[in-house]
Amino acid sequence: MATARPAVQDRARPLDVSTRLGNWLRRIPPAAWGVGFLLLILPAFANDFILVQVFGWSLILGMIALSLMFLAGYGGMVSLVQMTVAGCAGYMLAIFGTSAIASISLGWPWWLAVLTAILIATLFGTLSGALAVRTAGIYTIMITLAIAAAFFYFTRQNYTIFNGFSGFNGVRPPVVLGVDWRQPTPFYYLTLVCAALSYAAVLYVSRSPFGLALQGTRDNPRRMAALGFNVTAHRIAAYTFASVFAAVAGILLVWLNSQISPGTAGIGPVIDVLVIAVVGGLGSPIGPFIGAIIYVVLRTFALDALVAVGLDGARFQLLIGLGFLAIVFFSPDGVLGLWERARNRWRHRQDVMRIGEETR
Amino acid sequence: MATSVAERLHAASTASALELRGVTRMFGALAALTDVTLSVRPGERRALLGSNGAGKTTLFNCITGDFPPTSGTIRFFGEDITGFPPHERIRRGLRRTYQISLLFAGLSVLDNVYLACRGVSRARFSLLRPRRDDTLVQTADDLVEAVHLSAVKNQKVAELAHGQQRQLEIALALAGAPRFILFDEPAAGLSPAERRELIAILTGLPEHIGYIIIEHDMDVALRVVESVAIMHNGRIFKEGPPEEIENDPEVQELYLGGGHG
Repeated sequence: MATARPAVQDRARPLDVSTRLGNWLRRIPPAAWGVGFLLLILPAFANDFILVQVFGWSLILGMIALSLMFLAGYGGMVSLVQMTVAGCAGYMLAIFGTSAIASISLGWPWWLAVLTAILIATLFGTLSGALAVRTAGIYTIMITLAIAAAFFYFTRQNYTIFNGFSGFNGVRPPVVLGVDWRQPTPFYYLTLVCAALSYAAVLYVSRSPFGLALQGTRDNPRRMAALGFNVTAHRIAAYTFASVFAAVAGILLVWLNSQISPGTAGIGPVIDVLVIAVVGGLGSPIGPFIGAIIYVVLRTFALDALVAVGLDGARFQLLIGLGFLAIVFFSPDGVLGLWERARNRWRHRQDVMRIGEETR
Repeated sequence: MATSVAERLHAASTASALELRGVTRMFGALAALTDVTLSVRPGERRALLGSNGAGKTTLFNCITGDFPPTSGTIRFFGEDITGFPPHERIRRGLRRTYQISLLFAGLSVLDNVYLACRGVSRARFSLLRPRRDDTLVQTADDLVEAVHLSAVKNQKVAELAHGQQRQLEIALALAGAPRFILFDEPAAGLSPAERRELIAILTGLPEHIGYIIIEHDMDVALRVVESVAIMHNGRIFKEGPPEEIENDPEVQELYLGGGHG
């Protein structure tokens, strides 16, 4: 491709809204229409388990990995704290809202508890970012991992607020507008809408002044400062933005499991989110969702598959690890990279064939 | 206290565009700059010459704050900017180009210039995409035209020729309302035709914009400036108008390598 896709369009006559919407819709590839349509009609043929435990969980993990993808892909900052931000939101919802632990939960109305939880978790993500942004590379990973580990051990040992080892159970989605959101189909649609909105937001913001400047700080922080940008402030703001949808995903995660405990945001899940984002691909916001569905499918069915071939089912983590190794080995830019290379090869072959026919 | 508006306006109008006093920069035990004192009038255009390792680029880095001086003060239009971070200096109208192009290779030419325009204006954190008729987009478009890059404005910077990248370097430094620009070897690696184009761009700058230019090519350097400073071993060695410097025996001995005249 000779031309980059510019955020800044050529100076042109202002178009009326309908034409612009038409142009915008035309740019969506047919594959995206197909996937969107399938996801919308999924409840018509999938059972409750597939709907919630496979797709619901994938979409939620995808949102958390998307939060990491935004920071790592556009900002060059590998943050391991995004799962902890989600965990923080989940805990805050259990503490301010309603749970089975009535001695701690404050029982606020659901909307107030949800808003408070998202706000506090976003603040937590921002503060973690403020600590991490002055470092680079491996040191960013270490600092964010340290924050994640500290959060895990703190929630496990603190009983007055976080209820220690057992955490909170009985945290359920509310009944709103006559719909019981804990039922599989409504809950599936809730996660689908949240995930789609997060995806669209990242896609849109990546070409906004803020997103462009973030990519600038990734490629060339020194030049960005020499253009008048405050690189540190920009990076912290990126953490804030990314933490919002990690927090929303945290709320959905608690509702999915109807419980939260220290293990929800333990070191294992923290690493899993990194694995998901890398396996899917950090180059595009769709990558984390692809990685999440691969992870969930492996996680859900690896045990059965191992037992079926006569191996110990407890070794399912091994299968996940091997899958991760294979993908990273063959494609450092994840499944997305594999897909793009395959497509380019196919297109190249088409071109060669066409040229061959033309010259004949 | 000289803080009334009138007094500050007066200070700004009579002050030098750039005033360095006793600027020293150490790298460990090595003195890259020693006691550099320099004063440039608003709108003045000056060449900074000197052999490799004389401290020219280090001086630029101290002025823009890429790294601060070890001691000494730097004033920009009367304001002490010694302790300012780079972005604060840029927002006050200081600009620079880099010896080795520091561009955003993955973005288009227009996006590069748009970022530069955005950096010195408001709404740097805007989450809204620019509209087609955004004034900043039009400003960026005009700047691209000013450095003769309109034909390639939608191409990725990585795909540009070396000379075009040097022109884009200059466009980034011209964004917003520059008051003073530091050019670090803008002609490096340019063909004779591209050099002529560069001279046209430099001499075509508005009169109120002063600059310091580091340039080894005398044909370029002495044609676009009214004064020259020679650096040697981290010090300002000699200052004067081009013809005086050219004919100075000490300078010829030092910089032009003896038997040049």
